[in-house]
Amino acid sequence: MNPQLLSLSPNNSSLKSRFTLGFLRALKRLNMQTSSSPSPPQTVSSSSSSSPREMCRRYLRIRIAADASMASAVGSRRAWSRTLLLKIRNRQFRSCNSSARRISMKKKCSGRKMKKLKCDKEINELRKFVPGGEAMDACSLLDEAAHYIKCLNTQVKVMTRIADIYSAT
Amino acid sequence: MSSRRSRSRQSGGSRISDDQINDLVSKLQQLLPEIRNSRRSDKVSASTVLQETCNYIRSLHREVDDLSERLSELLATTDTAQAAVIRSLLLQ
Repeated sequence: MNPQLLSLSPNNSSLKSRFTLGFLRALKRLNMQTSSSPSPPQTVSSSSSSSPREMCRRYLRIRIAADASMASAVGSRRAWSRTLLLKIRNRQFRSCNSSARRISMKKKCSGRKMKKLKCDKEINELRKFVPGGEAMDACSLLDEAAHYIKCLNTQVKVMTRIADIYSAT
Repeated sequence: MSSRRSRSRQSGGSRISDDQINDLVSKLQQLLPEIRNSRRSDKVSASTVLQETCNYIRSLHREVDDLSERLSELLATTDTAQAAVIRSLLLQ
């Protein structure tokens, strides 16, 4: 599919290459899913014959695939990736989610017991943006936020490259 | 890290927490593009850095959304292109 990106040597298992491979595999799976279901041959003039709802569903699936492949490329070393992986798996297996959620919320909630910091308001604002941020104390939150930003940058770079390659062919 | 945290709670050392926070905030500052490029590092307050962090994460999320939309459109076009080719071959 994309020979340039897949020419990464297997020894160089950086975060970027792990995410790229996982995301490309997920895209291939999504592509095969949509092509197996027959698209209705109604309009020939419009560029895409899929309904808006189908487009929305595909866009969501791609975004979830991107987040999932990024979280699994990071692994369970980081709290935010663990939270994302749990959230995605809970969405798939709704029946057995109670125990998993309890484990994720067992993380230190010592943020409430610490003294009120100067930037409390901003820190609480930041909690909403980092996955699993509500359960972290301020130090972990800042640490996780730094790593999360680094990984988001990688994600954006790789997805931009993939989109450019797709639109070029 | 956990032992340091429990010690700070018992000795009432808000100074220790502030130092840790300042270290982490300066580490965050290095990652933010605007602050790193425009101003000098010692003149930016912690709350500004945290606000910029929130804005930056929000803009990155938006970029991922836009890229996902673009990729979904590209995937749809590829599908439809193949289907159109097959259809035109069948209709001939």
